[in-house]
Amino acid sequence: MISEKTITDFIYREADLLDTMQWQAWLDLFHPEGRYWMPLEWQQQDPVLQPSLMYEDLLLMKVRIERLAGERTFSQKPKSRCHHLLQAPQILVCDPAAGVFKARTSFLYTETRGDALERFSGWASHDLVQVGDELKIRLKRIDLVNFDAPFGNIQLFM
Amino acid sequence: MAKYGKDPRAIGGLVRDAEVHRDVYVDPEVFDLEMEHLFPNSWIYVGHASQLSKAGDFITANIGRQPVVASRHTDGSIHLFYNRCPHKGVKIASEPCGNTGKFFRCPYHAWSFKTDGSLLAIPLKKGYEGTGFTDTQANDGLSRIKNVVVYRDFIFARLSENGVGFEDYFGESLSTIDNMVDRSPEGKLAIEATPIRYMHTCNWKMLVENQTDTCHPMVAHESSAGTAIKVWQREQGDSKETPMAVQLYGPFMSPYEFYEQSGIRIWPNGHGHTGVANSIHSNYSDVEGYLGQMVAAYGEKRAHEILGEVRHNTVYFPNIMVKGAVQILRNFIPIAVDRTLVESWVYRLVGAPEKLYERALMYNRFINAPTSIVGHDDLEMYERAQEGLKTNGNQWVNLRRLYERGEEPDVTAVINGTSERQMRNQFHAWAKYMTMDMDQPVEAAE
Ligand code: FES
Ligand SMILES: [Fe+2]
Repeated sequence: MISEKTITDFIYREADLLDTMQWQAWLDLFHPEGRYWMPLEWQQQDPVLQPSLMYEDLLLMKVRIERLAGERTFSQKPKSRCHHLLQAPQILVCDPAAGVFKARTSFLYTETRGDALERFSGWASHDLVQVGDELKIRLKRIDLVNFDAPFGNIQLFM
Repeated sequence: MAKYGKDPRAIGGLVRDAEVHRDVYVDPEVFDLEMEHLFPNSWIYVGHASQLSKAGDFITANIGRQPVVASRHTDGSIHLFYNRCPHKGVKIASEPCGNTGKFFRCPYHAWSFKTDGSLLAIPLKKGYEGTGFTDTQANDGLSRIKNVVVYRDFIFARLSENGVGFEDYFGESLSTIDNMVDRSPEGKLAIEATPIRYMHTCNWKMLVENQTDTCHPMVAHESSAGTAIKVWQREQGDSKETPMAVQLYGPFMSPYEFYEQSGIRIWPNGHGHTGVANSIHSNYSDVEGYLGQMVAAYGEKRAHEILGEVRHNTVYFPNIMVKGAVQILRNFIPIAVDRTLVESWVYRLVGAPEKLYERALMYNRFINAPTSIVGHDDLEMYERAQEGLKTNGNQWVNLRRLYERGEEPDVTAVINGTSERQMRNQFHAWAKYMTMDMDQPVEAAE
């Protein structure tokens, strides 16, 4: 039975897989139709007809992850690392009967490469579904507090 | 110590026939001179008239380092001013865009200005009586930029009072903007969203040159486009249709021969484009209903002519690139010698199917975003160049691919698509527009 704690644990584990670069295990958390979305507008509704920083399906996420390890991926020489600092997730919906689970988590995210360090803050929203007795990500949405600022490279996942 | 000052000969000496001195990318003094001479002497893109659809609408921008504001006046005309209050210099508009109503009102002491820039009112105006105020520049209101041309809704401005006229400056290169506008069945483009902004820690000219650098995609983007092709080939199973995403990434891996035959066209004043015969945008799948709309609007022959022109990147010297086939404009905004803000705008083809807008937005986030893997490949090269150019062993950047002795500057020509001639073309224009307002301009010295 999926409880609020199951959701919270899932979100912590997800961030931990990113921080430890267990990419395949992280991808396995997604539903086959799962999406990763970084909007470019305040309270954006539409990922397709409004501009986004990222709106990616599993195929595109796999491309990103394989690229990170590529022999000729020069922007990963040296490699990036990341760190997620999460506030306790706020459970918005936990409805096992309907199979709907939603949470919103405030975060600080750090990405480093070589001597450079960049820090971002925002909110991660998780739309999860139950597959068998596991949770899977239907949508992970990242709203940065300064989504409209000009950033340098963001190469990993928030 | 000033090495270049206002010395046109020293500046001209930075540009050889097929080489440029690294100081054009790394010397802060050269950058300052670009801001004082090159940008004011050139026609610079400010924005698009669809951003100023109603009276009172305004947008802010920078021309070189000069903050400006463009506004739509009550009579429908578009005006451009320096973005400062004539009183004590407070910026009159602080947001990228908005509507100011019937007038601009300075937030400091409430001087107000009509949307054509003229002074409307000053509180306690009596205090200026007999002070000679009417003889000051402040009495004229916001300082206007006179040389403004709105070409098919694209707003360009030249800050220098005197210089090359708009038509002479752009000439036939405007055909790329024409083609982009004509791709709308209503002959109209619209900006509906904010641009994607991406900060680059490199000189602005590296980005401009890269737009016609056709020998880098298959090398630098093997990591992104190459991986996209590899993953798709492995994962496609028995799906028949190539997803839009793979259609957009894939062509970056086209071989040298593809770029060689597709050609480059150069124009006078540093403009030029890749993809003459065809381009990486040629083989996207058709969007249902679009051709029918175009034929209805333009007739069979003209519709095919418009859609058959699938240019790749058009550089409008000095600092924008237009991609007509996917309705994108990239603005390479110089911030410092080693810092460039890239704003990538998408235009919606008014009256065309939504799918085309979706594709343009997708292309923009795949290629031009700080989260774009193609962008990561490119920025890595620019940053390494910005660092590498500090070395003293060789102070020249080599632009000699397919150089022919006695190459004529300022001509229109179609050449092999892997030539670096468009980069040479840009630098010829660079020396000319850097020095044309100095005592002995480079052109005259030749
Ligand atoms: S600075 Fe604008 S009114 Fe005084
Ligand atoms: Fe590139």
